[in-house]
Amino acid sequence: MDFMVFQYPMISVQACLDGILLGILFALIAYGMALQWGVMNIINIAQGDLVILGGYIAYFMYLYGIHPAWGVIVSPIIMFFVGIAIYKLVINKVVDRDLFISILATFGISILFMQLMNFAFGADVVLANSDYGTTMLFNNNVVLPNSKIFSAFISILFAICLVIYMKKSKLGRAIRATAQNARAAKILGVDTEKVYAATFGINAALCGVAGALISITFTIHPYMGLPYTIRSFMIVIIAGLGNLPGVAMSGMGLGVFEEFADYILGTEFRIGSVFLLLVLILVYRRFKLSRKREYLK
Amino acid sequence: MNKNNLLLYSGILIFGIAAPFLLPAFKVQLSILCVLIVLATTWNIQGGEMGYNSFGNILFYGLGMYLCASVQVGMFFPLAEWTESGGEKTFVHTPAQFFQGMAVGLIVAAVVPTIVAGLIGYSILGLRGHYFAICTLGLGVAAGEISGGIEIIGAGQGFTTPPFPDVGSLESRGEFFYFLSFFVLILTFIAVRGIYTTRFKLILNAIRDNEDKAEAMGIQTMKYKIVGWMISAFFCGLAGGIMGGLVGYIDSTDVAFDGREMGVFMVLMAILGGKGTLWGPIIGATVFHIFKEGFWTFFLGWQYVALGVLIVVIVIYFPEGIMGWLREKYPERFGEVVDEKDRKAQVELK
Repeated sequence: MDFMVFQYPMISVQACLDGILLGILFALIAYGMALQWGVMNIINIAQGDLVILGGYIAYFMYLYGIHPAWGVIVSPIIMFFVGIAIYKLVINKVVDRDLFISILATFGISILFMQLMNFAFGADVVLANSDYGTTMLFNNNVVLPNSKIFSAFISILFAICLVIYMKKSKLGRAIRATAQNARAAKILGVDTEKVYAATFGINAALCGVAGALISITFTIHPYMGLPYTIRSFMIVIIAGLGNLPGVAMSGMGLGVFEEFADYILGTEFRIGSVFLLLVLILVYRRFKLSRKREYLK
Repeated sequence: MNKNNLLLYSGILIFGIAAPFLLPAFKVQLSILCVLIVLATTWNIQGGEMGYNSFGNILFYGLGMYLCASVQVGMFFPLAEWTESGGEKTFVHTPAQFFQGMAVGLIVAAVVPTIVAGLIGYSILGLRGHYFAICTLGLGVAAGEISGGIEIIGAGQGFTTPPFPDVGSLESRGEFFYFLSFFVLILTFIAVRGIYTTRFKLILNAIRDNEDKAEAMGIQTMKYKIVGWMISAFFCGLAGGIMGGLVGYIDSTDVAFDGREMGVFMVLMAILGGKGTLWGPIIGATVFHIFKEGFWTFFLGWQYVALGVLIVVIVIYFPEGIMGWLREKYPERFGEVVDEKDRKAQVELK
């Protein structure tokens, strides 16, 4: 336990800013999760592994001498097709089945991806160095890497683009219609199969963007996927489906929580605290809902 | 039918007792198989019968593992110094100390997870469906991450369980652990079989089929759900305690709270065999273990890739499992009355 955070206010400021910038990234991943959950009623455990795969694409561009920031453009394009391939091979067979089946199936995909990445890229912790330098704030007391600011900016940009696309384009409208009522959408001539594939592809592409940004700002490792899945799941259940400002806010909140947990409990308990928070939130939600049920009775 | 059952059980019992002498090279594998069957069968109590698909039974398994080893060491030696010395054996158990410690350790390993399940049951089991699945998944991973940060049980560097004492022959270690796990397997089987003949099982099935309706019928579902989970936890803890001694080394995320492996294995074995049947998990665990060991031996390095593919294939193509398939094929053997006309009509429809 370390209470330096409370003795030196500047560290709190640092933790808050770090957390907010990190949280925006989480919110981007969570948006993808909310999208497929809302449209297809699927919880994708492999979400985090898609993120890591997207990160490796950017990392490989960095290895071959291309600036990793271009990964933000290349990685979603590749990941879109990876997502569609996963949908065609596995997801379309579980989409209208029991939710537990889809959880287990995506768990299998997650293990598969984890191991394939481990074979292909090795078990080292890697990062793509962007050489963006740092920004000093408040008399040099707070240090912010420019890469984090860049990643937050890009995430917001992608989120805005996606929201506009969902509102305006034909496919976006079809996706929203399917989310509201798949059967009615089918009757009105929407090819739901295509919509599902596109949704999963868009989700994978979002994961690709987030992964590329994570490989620039943080580190990636084949086994680091599951925490990202859990974080995005947590953000979605706090915010609720289809509540975009809520997703952004709870993403930032989670980021700040994690930074403080890191400072106070120590880095070794960081992931553990995320998972514990998930359990606590679900339990809190359960008691809240059961009160509501009694009220209804 | 009864006579057949008696023959079957005595055959299995005789094979179980003779197995370590018939197949001396596979003693460790057979003990692991026993533990896997125990895990799959007890997962089935709340996963298959009650419909609460948990990824978190690994919590009780890992808890039992750590508790058994800690008690075994802590009864005779200072625990902190033991873990600090790591692999170097500064303290040696005498045979009497070892067995005494093991016995007390196993009791603690069974009782404490049961209590834990009872305590957290009220809050966790109120969750439904996928929320429950994800919550228990988080619980298992959180336990692994947190126990990896606790110094007294070895933190990240792991915990070496007491080595088997020298009691004469080299074979005795394998035989001891085999018979221990086989005994626990028989205990589990008798207990689960007993449970499945009572009203308790019917209530669990009612909860699985429609919880709200069961509640409306006047069943206090929460009470039964917690008891069901506690039974699972009891045997998971026992299995974990044995497995800790068998492996000889406990690591927080790779051996004890191994949600990615053992935690999924138990779900997978139960589904492969057939959820909600007595024999399904047993058959599933046996098939799975043979398949897994074959893969581990011949395709070393690719085993997890194979595991991922296996999960996807089983879940997509065999969600009913082996028992479900048999049931569809030979419904008469399961005591179901089949209307021949109806059957023919169905075949024609297909």
